[in-house]
Amino acid sequence: MAQQHDIYYVPSKSQWPIVAAVVMFLTMFGAAHWLNAEPGESGFGKTVITLGAVGVIGMFFGWFHSVIKESLAGLYNPQVDTSFRMGMMWFIFSEVMFFGAFFGALFYIRNFSVPWLGGEGHGVLTHQFLYDSYSGAWGAAGGNGPLHVGGPFSTVAPWGLPLLNTVILLSSSVTVTIAHHALRGGHRGRILLFLGLTVLLGASFLFFQAHEYMEAYKELNLTLHSGVYGSTFFMLTGFHGLHVTLGTIMLAVIWLRVLKGHFSKEHHFGFEAVAWYWHFVDVVWLCLFLFVYIL
Amino acid sequence: MAHEAAHDHHDDHHHAPQGFFQRWVMSTNHKDIGTLYLIFSLTMFFIGGSFAMVIRAELFKPGLQLVQPYFFNEMTTMHALVMIFGAIMPSFVGLGNWMIPLMIGAPDMALPRMNNLSFWILPFAFALLLSTLFLPGGGPAGGWTMYPPLSLQSGSLAYAVFAIHLMGISSIMGAINIIATILNMRAPGMDLLKMPVFVWSWLITAFLLIAVMPVLAGAVTMLLTDKYFGTSFFNPHGGGDPVLYQHVFWFFGHPEVYIMILPAFGIISEIIPTFARKPIFGYRAMVYAIACIAFLSFIVWAHHMFAVGMPVGADIFFMYATMLIAVPTGVKVFNWVATMWGGSMTFETPMLFAIAFVILFTIGGFSGLMLALVPADFQYHDTYFVVAHFHYVLVTGAAFAIMAATYYWLPKWTGHMYSEFWGKVHFWCSVVFVNVLFFPQHFLGLAGMPRRIPDYNVAFADFNMISSIGGFLFGASQLIFLGVIVHCAFFSKKKATDRVWEGARGLEWTLPSPPPHHSFTVPPVVHDEELAHGHVSD
Repeated sequence: MAQQHDIYYVPSKSQWPIVAAVVMFLTMFGAAHWLNAEPGESGFGKTVITLGAVGVIGMFFGWFHSVIKESLAGLYNPQVDTSFRMGMMWFIFSEVMFFGAFFGALFYIRNFSVPWLGGEGHGVLTHQFLYDSYSGAWGAAGGNGPLHVGGPFSTVAPWGLPLLNTVILLSSSVTVTIAHHALRGGHRGRILLFLGLTVLLGASFLFFQAHEYMEAYKELNLTLHSGVYGSTFFMLTGFHGLHVTLGTIMLAVIWLRVLKGHFSKEHHFGFEAVAWYWHFVDVVWLCLFLFVYIL
Repeated sequence: MAHEAAHDHHDDHHHAPQGFFQRWVMSTNHKDIGTLYLIFSLTMFFIGGSFAMVIRAELFKPGLQLVQPYFFNEMTTMHALVMIFGAIMPSFVGLGNWMIPLMIGAPDMALPRMNNLSFWILPFAFALLLSTLFLPGGGPAGGWTMYPPLSLQSGSLAYAVFAIHLMGISSIMGAINIIATILNMRAPGMDLLKMPVFVWSWLITAFLLIAVMPVLAGAVTMLLTDKYFGTSFFNPHGGGDPVLYQHVFWFFGHPEVYIMILPAFGIISEIIPTFARKPIFGYRAMVYAIACIAFLSFIVWAHHMFAVGMPVGADIFFMYATMLIAVPTGVKVFNWVATMWGGSMTFETPMLFAIAFVILFTIGGFSGLMLALVPADFQYHDTYFVVAHFHYVLVTGAAFAIMAATYYWLPKWTGHMYSEFWGKVHFWCSVVFVNVLFFPQHFLGLAGMPRRIPDYNVAFADFNMISSIGGFLFGASQLIFLGVIVHCAFFSKKKATDRVWEGARGLEWTLPSPPPHHSFTVPPVVHDEELAHGHVSD
């Protein structure tokens, strides 16, 4: 890949990195202070989190503003474009590994820790002495552990809302691809239509997800406290939902940028980066649907 | 930068460094950011070192004399976290920042602003982590591995977890940058298999970082939710398992061990050929060995957990997989020795550190092989034998390589020669005292002294006293290191030549010392005979 480039490009100095470091610190420090406060103690944690979070949003706005401006001024040569692409690809890889940690936890719990507590193979003595009435089944029968942490609960049926959400996300991957083809073909109207459709699909996914959470809490008694079933269910779907939220916001921003005419047939890395991210979120959902809801 | 007019936005080539704040805080320059990384890691080296001094002072004789047990445990925890995430990893990133663009003929890192962000996160992350020492509840004291349920009892867990999140974000961004730089910014003619071994080692390390830092983030996030949000990941009552944490943690932790040694391999592979005045023996084998070690690092994690009670099949798999690592590592040690064999060697300070690395790291490798054996590990687990083992690979391994790199490239960075006399004094003090410090710990461990304990049986008194004396002297020797660096950077009169070392090869030595603010504005022409040892066909 060591191709010939006429001249190297190095961006000018920028205040955004240090601003980003400060606001990230404020958010984390505020969160730590808030969590660490004694019960009933009113610390300044929440104020600092809010400050930090607003700062993070402002930082993203400012940093992207200057990058978009430089991009529109034609400063980025193909080499810079490749660097951006590699950056996004490896960032998505790191996200894959982050979800990998939680999927790994789920697999370990389902294949080892819960069956062992139920007396299988390795856990025979623990079972006999501590938990001899525990079956080690998954789901509503035993997913909240030998002491039924969080009380009895029911699981979310996969063929209702989750199936609908699967269809929604899969179609959104199709619409974003159609929009991409439209962009390469230069059909502005079609881009706006299908990209807008993708944003709407993302938003409706989130709406149904929120609805599912409320139902789980109110009617099924499935909560974050429902033993390790609740832990894995909400942490996996929650982090995924967070990523869908980010993805939807990013798609919406790209829609506005299309409206403003920022992209050309050849030059639209911002669009592609968000599309890649969206496909990644989609694939994670398929794994969730299979391993969390169906199996 | 909304207020800036578009014509101000053209690139940074023609901007000389401006004011202090502009140059150091808003930088997009890989050399300045590299310098920041190196200064930061040196600072952390001394902070983490002072924690080690507290530990050795308390262990100077049996009984409790200086500190309370909880504070002692805070010291062991913080010493490890600061040294790993604050000293060793950032110094490798600093070296990579400085040297990779010079070595491959790039103008800078691929993503210079993100580079600046990855550095500036670190001081804040460590402020967050170190502040816990002053909080009412005390800092994290459950060991750097933060095993639940013990770690869940420490009051300030949230601070440590968020600090680790920040460090992880910084490492991931740094690693993405390094990969993009190496894959995208090489000068024409700098083929992958012509790159210096240091660049190769960083390419593979960066891959490891991106693969495992998110896993650590996941592990500590589960700790956080278990403590503060009522999840049951590590709580058997709710169907979880504390051993799950150990699996997730060490899935990160073992590749992390290689993250801290692979760049060191790269450094040594640069230094030995220079002072042996021979191309490196088996360039390709060196590259493949690094890749091989990196692959194996993903399938050996549970050898940290032999004593936890895994199924026998798992014990056996992880034992054999672990022993396999000796093969590529042996290839590397063999090749370093073979590079020296028949060379016309001189023994400047970097070379002394490099040779000490080869010998002492190999000792650490051998004790690692002993620990890999399941039946033997049942005896050694959590004893001072383990402490001795990983300090041989991390202090006389990683830290010695970083010192070697510092002496090797300091003249290139500053444009002046360091004092060879004081460099050698630093080397001999370090190499003697580090062995006085850590070698007796092998015996302590074999005799059964547990780690992370502020008090011990009187039977262990003599070796502990010897170890502590070695520790204080090793700590004091590092002040010489600081002195040599400060002298070289600010007071040395002796100008360095471009090539600095007679036998040095590679693009970085074709530039003036110090290199200009922006090294290459147009891609340099790569001549095969100028390549760092990579042009050898083998």
